Formats: sequence, structure tokens, C-alpha cells
Amino acid sequence: MTPPHLFAPVSALLLAPLFVGVINRTKAFVAGRRGPPLAQPYRDVWKLLQRGAVYGEITTPLVRLGPVLNLATLITALLVVPFPGAGAAVSFTGDLIVLVGLFALGRFATVLAALDTGSSFEGMGASREMHFAALAEPALLIALATLARITGATDLGSIYGAITTASWVHDAAALALVGVSFLVLELVENSRIPVDDPTTHLELTMIHEVMVLDHGGPDLGFIQYGVALKLWIVGILLVGIIPLYGVGAEFALGAALLGMAALAVAIGMIESAMARYRLVTVPQFIVGAATLSAVAFMVLLV
Amino acid sequence: MSAMPALLALIHAVGLLTCFALLGTSRIGACIRFLSVQGMLFSLVPIIAHDDGFTLRVLLLAGANICLKGVIFPAVLLHLRARAGFHREVEPFVGFVASILFGIAALVVSLALARELHPALSHAPFVMLQAAIFLIAIGLFLIVSRRNALIQIVGYLVIENGIFVLGAITVVETPLLVELGILLDAFVAVFVMGIAVFHISREFGMADVDRLNTLRG
Repeated sequence: MTPPHLFAPVSALLLAPLFVGVINRTKAFVAGRRGPPLAQPYRDVWKLLQRGAVYGEITTPLVRLGPVLNLATLITALLVVPFPGAGAAVSFTGDLIVLVGLFALGRFATVLAALDTGSSFEGMGASREMHFAALAEPALLIALATLARITGATDLGSIYGAITTASWVHDAAALALVGVSFLVLELVENSRIPVDDPTTHLELTMIHEVMVLDHGGPDLGFIQYGVALKLWIVGILLVGIIPLYGVGAEFALGAALLGMAALAVAIGMIESAMARYRLVTVPQFIVGAATLSAVAFMVLLV
Repeated sequence: MSAMPALLALIHAVGLLTCFALLGTSRIGACIRFLSVQGMLFSLVPIIAHDDGFTLRVLLLAGANICLKGVIFPAVLLHLRARAGFHREVEPFVGFVASILFGIAALVVSLALARELHPALSHAPFVMLQAAIFLIAIGLFLIVSRRNALIQIVGYLVIENGIFVLGAITVVETPLLVELGILLDAFVAVFVMGIAVFHISREFGMADVDRLNTLRG
């Protein structure tokens, strides 16, 4: 039995908020609280979708476009991201660059919307977001290029399909470096601790949250759902390099879902154990991830 | 022998990462520990790179290296750091992010250089040739880009590591006496530099070598 073609995007659409729920639950557990129910992110999004939207008088339609375009890019990105054991819904040569491009487009829309509100705090957040994105993007591209070089394939579906136990034996150092790089990117791209705190509400220190301060109602729902989707996508990129295809498709699906759950718990533990970096040291952290990717690529060239 | 290339590749990857760690951290204690790990790793190269691996000569050389670079140098430097009482490189001439970017550039250049050199030294493992050039470049960079005298000593020892690797892989039969002589030189150099750093820090209250410009003869 082969899993249906659309398993990867549909599973992401359904399970991404649960991923956020597991992270929040883990953080609460470590802090000694019971925490919100696992389904809380779904309820939040549902609640926000019921509400009406309020827009500032000085804003242009860009503010309305931002969250919609961001969510649209992420849902499009879901199509090319393969799920271990199920493959990707759509696969074509160079779709890894499309993935990075879609991320950039979504970010661009969010930043434009933030700037359009005219709030100085949001401008600050937008500036930081672009600064860190400029450093994180090469890291992601080089990491994906490294995987392409290891497997000799040029589309995400084939790349992730070709990572086997044998490639781990042959290129253990490079794959491990790429894995760590993806873990850092998961935290950076999604504005998690230690880069940004998704729960903070002190404008001076925020990055992503400050950009979306002026959004409410369905727009905020789209943004929160988009955050969950992006967490899921980068998480799949990380979990996917663990070789699961060799053990059979049915088993690989379950193992990958377990892997995602473990990743969510791991992120929760990281967020509980670490403090945020000072803003000036965040670029070092991201450049570190880019370095790991670059070293992985070089190790292969040698 | 099939495990040897994989082992060399592992040493290569971890060794490169220690270099980047050296470039990216401001804490002197951490720098010294990274240097210790790097020294011990690359000390293993002569054992692995030579086909006739476990001869007494090679084992002695690696053992002496591990003792010196892994234990004695770091101990001396950590002691010096404690005596002088400074713990961070505060204002390097080149910032930490820029340093890491330089490291990536150096990685590319060392790769190109190693490609050029490899035909002339075809018996040497390519990974280690590249690592040696990279280590020398990073060591030099640490010396010119940091103000703190202790980090400059660390840079000197990184160069030493690079030269050691280059020697270990290119020259098949170096007399043991020469190798140990070089080690002794490095040993004495670290002590002399240590004494100099101690005097600098006692004179100025810090090990900022830029301050030496204020001295007049």
C-alpha cells in the first residue's frame, strides 16, 4: 500500500497546530504547570476566524494582503515538501529553490504589511526580521544544496527519498552538520527562543510578534496558522534526513510522525532550558548555522 | 584500513568546526578549550595517515603531541588567564560575525589551494592537506584580528597545528628528533609568550597589545 499522493500537504494542514500544542504543553510541563490542552492552537485559530477584522484608517490594502499572501505561500510550499514514506505532492527540478523563494515571498508580504501600519515598533521588527532572514536564507539554501550533493538529486522529493542508512554511513559528518543547521533554522525561521520569544509582548525586544501587532481577527488567525505551518515545514526537512524509507512505507509514516512529536518536545525543552540571546548575538547564532551548512558542503567537496 | 578515510574525514569535520568556534567566541577560556580539542584531534593524524600506522616513532610523536597540545598548553594558558584576570576578548579588530565569514572564505581558498598542491603531494590525504592550509590561515587571522595577547597565542598554536599536520602528511620520514625539536620549540615559545603576556597585563592591567603603542623608548 502506498500512501496517497496528497498525504504530505494534508497531514501538515491537519497536524501543524498540534505541533505547536505539543511545544506549549512541553514548556508548561517543564515549568511545573499543566498547560493548555493540546488542541488549544486549533481553538485559537477557530476563535480568531469567527471575529471581524479591524484595520487602521491610515493603512492601505497591503495590510490585508500580508497575512493572506503569507499563508498562501506556506500552503504552496507544503506541496513540494516531502513527507518521509509518502513523498511530495509535486516534484520538479529545482523545487528546493522554490521552497526558499516562497519563504522569502511570505516574509516579504508580512514585512510590507508591518511597514504599512506606520507603527515605528513594527518598522523595527520588520528591519530585524529582514536582517536575520538575510543571514538565515543562505544557511537554508546551502543546507539543501548539501543534501542535493549527497544524493545527486535536484528535487526535494527525490533528495529525501534517496537519503538512506547507506548515505549516513558514507557522509555521516555532512548529514549531521546539516541536521544541526536545520535545527537552528527551525528556531530562527519561526522566531522561537533563543532568537525571539513567541510569547513576549515587550515591543522593544520582539521580532516576529511585533510585526503582527496591528493584525486582528481572521488575519491574526491566518498568521498563527502560518506560523504553525512553517514550524511543520522546517521540522519535516529536519526529520526527513533521518533514514526511514528503508523500513517500509507504512512504518516510515508512523516513525516520521513520532519523529515530529519528538522534535516538538525537543523544541519545548530547548525553549525551557535556554534564555534568549541578546539581539547583537543573534546574528552570530544564525551565521553559525550558515557556517555549519557551509562546512558540510565543503566536507563533501573534499 | 577502510576505516581510515572515514576517520580522517571525521577529524577534518570536527577540526574545521573547532576553527569556526575559535573565530566566533569571545570567551578566552572557551577558546583555550577548543584549542585543546583541536590539538588532540590533529595529533592523531600521523597515526592514521601513515599506512604503517602503529610504529613506535609515530606513537611517540602523537603521544607527545597530545600531552603538550591537549594538556600542558591549555593548562599554562588557563593559568595565565586566571593570573591576569581577563576573560573576554572585548573589542576585536574584526568582529565575530565578520570573522566567521572570513572563515568561510578561507575554507574556499584553502580548498582551491589544496587542489593546486595535491598533484605534487599525491601520497598525502587531500582532506588533511586542505585542513593544514585552513589551520594556518585561521591562525594567522586570529593573530592579526584580535587585541588580546592570549588569543594571539592561541592563534600561534593553531598555526603550529597546521604546520604539524602538513609535516605529518607530506614528509614521509621525518627524523623523530626533528619533530620533537619542533615541539620543544613550540613549548618554549608558549612559555616565553606567557611570560610576556604576564608582564603586559601587570603593566597595563589588561592584555590589550594595542596598548603597547603607547610605550616610548
